[in-house]
Amino acid sequence: MNRAAHLLLTVGLLLASAMAAAAPRIEHWQTANGARVYFVAADENPMLDVRVVFAAGSARDGEHAGLASLTNGLMNEGAGEFDADAFSERLGATGAMFGLGAERDMAFASLRTLSEPRYATHALELFALALGKPRFDESAVQRDKARTLVGLKHRQQSPDALAEETFYASLYPRHPYGTPPDGTPASIAAIDRAAIVAFHQRYYVARNAVIAVVGALDRAGAEALAERLSQALPAGEAAPPLPAVTPAEGGLHHVDFPSIQSHVMLGLTGMRRGDPDYFPLLVGNHALGGNGLVSILFEEVRNKRGLSYSVSSAFVAMSEAGPFVASLMTDRKQQDEALDVLRTTITQFVYDGPPPAAIDAAKRNLIDGFPLRVASNRQIAEYIAMLGFYGLPLDYLETFPAQVAAVTPDAVKDAFARRLPPERLTTVVVGRAKADAAP
Amino acid sequence: MRSLMFGVALCGALCGASASAGGPVHEYTLDNGLKLIVQEDHRAHVAVVQVWYRVGSAYEHDGITGVSHALEHMMFKGTKTRGPGQFSTLVAANGGRHNAFTSTDYTAYYQEWSADKVPLSFELEADRMRNLVIDEAEFKKEINVVLEERRMRTDDAPQSLAVEAAQAVAFTTSPYRQPVIGWEADIKSMTATDLAAWYQRWYAPNNAIVVVVGDVQPDAVLALAKQHFGPLAKSDIPPPKPRPEVPQQGERRVTLKSDKARVPYLVMGYKAPNLLAARAGEGVEAWEPYALDVLAATLSGDESSRLDKHLVRGQELAAELSAGVDTGGLLPSLFFVNAVPADGVGLEKLEHAIVAELDALEAKPPTAAELERIKTQVVADNVFQRDSMLHEAMTLGALEAVGLGWRVKDDYVARIQAVTADQVLAVARKYLVPDQLTVAWLLPEQKP
Repeated sequence: MNRAAHLLLTVGLLLASAMAAAAPRIEHWQTANGARVYFVAADENPMLDVRVVFAAGSARDGEHAGLASLTNGLMNEGAGEFDADAFSERLGATGAMFGLGAERDMAFASLRTLSEPRYATHALELFALALGKPRFDESAVQRDKARTLVGLKHRQQSPDALAEETFYASLYPRHPYGTPPDGTPASIAAIDRAAIVAFHQRYYVARNAVIAVVGALDRAGAEALAERLSQALPAGEAAPPLPAVTPAEGGLHHVDFPSIQSHVMLGLTGMRRGDPDYFPLLVGNHALGGNGLVSILFEEVRNKRGLSYSVSSAFVAMSEAGPFVASLMTDRKQQDEALDVLRTTITQFVYDGPPPAAIDAAKRNLIDGFPLRVASNRQIAEYIAMLGFYGLPLDYLETFPAQVAAVTPDAVKDAFARRLPPERLTTVVVGRAKADAAP
Repeated sequence: MRSLMFGVALCGALCGASASAGGPVHEYTLDNGLKLIVQEDHRAHVAVVQVWYRVGSAYEHDGITGVSHALEHMMFKGTKTRGPGQFSTLVAANGGRHNAFTSTDYTAYYQEWSADKVPLSFELEADRMRNLVIDEAEFKKEINVVLEERRMRTDDAPQSLAVEAAQAVAFTTSPYRQPVIGWEADIKSMTATDLAAWYQRWYAPNNAIVVVVGDVQPDAVLALAKQHFGPLAKSDIPPPKPRPEVPQQGERRVTLKSDKARVPYLVMGYKAPNLLAARAGEGVEAWEPYALDVLAATLSGDESSRLDKHLVRGQELAAELSAGVDTGGLLPSLFFVNAVPADGVGLEKLEHAIVAELDALEAKPPTAAELERIKTQVVADNVFQRDSMLHEAMTLGALEAVGLGWRVKDDYVARIQAVTADQVLAVARKYLVPDQLTVAWLLPEQKP
């Protein structure tokens, strides 16, 4: 094919680009009883995504580790006049998908349904019922407690899960982020129905909720929908702020486990959502260990030395300082070498500052790759729910590329020097102790 | 919590060939045999480009298991004109995400990025389709990465080991007995020469399918494909020798003791036919694979399905449970039921309870309400899947790669809706029989 034809095609593809929208247009309002609503109209497919998030994650567990997760998981096990069997049969008949989950900051309930009223109306009624009137039948509570205990045992056979649990416990010894979100055998056993009901009454309330709606409906339809869901909840009160995080002292924590591979996690308490250093840390980490197959850590650990299949790093931004975490897994025999490469690479990155070319590449990837982050309704729903939950500005998505573009290598170096002092890194290793490691 | 907690990823009910009808699909074949499939999706200015090769672990023989997957790793390590890692650097610098995956039936590579980058995808993929360099030093490092991957996914993951053992016992002559990642000894003895030979044998335009889904114009994509892939020479690729599974004549069992496991695990698999077998006749009616999908959805798939209702709730014998069948594969596989028992429940008791539920289908065939629910869910899933370009492309590519053709997805909903209760009962009677069963038990065992 000749040159002229090639150019013609390029132009053809570019024209399509001019027609496509950039960031999704987010509409925002409050319901009568105080739930914050974020809405993006998307009528290309006849479907609706609704995601309701509450400040009801494990950071709210209090004395009962695992309470947030247990409460959340029980919300589709019977609601209103329907027990678990009747509820699941009715929901199943609508074709909708009902999702639940509890993290450290937030708990969510999500619904994906066809937008056609003969499906959506019924699905949304059941969803509202589950949000506001879960039954928490004693039989369901006992069953889910028993299943959770089996799940906790299962975690004990996963070196990955053990490493994460130890990592959070080490970084947050006196903060609610430090307890395991799924609880412990003792804490689960001690939770009764009354505690679950009380947790639901306190946290699953309109003023503690963000409702994200994406799909084939107009503003009026979205308002009616959000109002209907919100009315299913008492107004209540927003959850109080979490305590600030005190940085941990670093140190090495080893968990003995009979795995072939050692799982290594390295980190410290990092940053909050809305942190002034957010963009320098995001861009810097993208270069260091965030950008998939081309990060500096990937190059050093995997490409140059073949030490691990998976190696990456991240700043997990949360309500209060979430962790910076770098992790890999490698055969026990080469654990020391891998850990040394991981630590040295991070230390050099902090002390010497990032290679400017790496920062440039990271920025280009984040900016040019931005449309991929909001290409589907599901992604948009998760994004706007996150924006609302953390109180980020409405133009966050729109300004994201410009914020990334403004980051300089010096700004990264400065932020990393302040926020990632290598001597404070906590190290967690799960694997065989040295003495009994196979030769 | 439910489905993801107990990690073994198995194709759930209805995911085999479940598909949607998004934008119209355009199909082209270049003179050198390369097939191009394009589906428009103009919601965002992005595109997914995938290149599928008809080669995977089902094409491998003893001694070289895992070679397709190891080669997939080396496909990022440079060509005659591009150094190791340059592919990844270029994709990242252009705002892309990329990766690859290998299965029993195919090996596929993909990029997701701005729709403007389709020409760059084609340029890079055409280059590594024919000009790969398998450097000895790069290979030596990368094969260690593959070993680490095997340790992570399988050797340190007891439930995966149980599934691997079940497959190895269930199949005698079918290559589905081999793990996709390969046996450890085979990975360790693999050489760069093995990979080069495998590459020479299978990587050619006439063994490839290019799938593009996104904000593109099909005619423009075709012209680009002609430009970049058109000049590549085709190969003479003798088809692999058929290795059909010998008939199973009785139940098979395997036990796996693990000092890493803390909870027991049950894997049950019945030999089940696939869509290709139905197409070929072979004693399989055209509707049977669809009836098997409905059967799987009757038993598992959402909280109102029978096994959830009766064994997770009801009798409370299982903490986790899933059932499913993949009818969209190259070769017939298994109708699976996998379960973690509730605390204190033995595997034998759980196994008997599952068999009793299967037997109960005879007295209680699917009700009208059950069928209606499953059919509504298939209609809904068909729409929901359109939200993900990657999934759309995966469905098109996988159907093409196994030789079913992407059109199978177009009448999937209609075929499911035509399934009757009698047909569900008929496939349960025909296939969920004791002599066709393989069972694996994972037993936690603390070493002193």
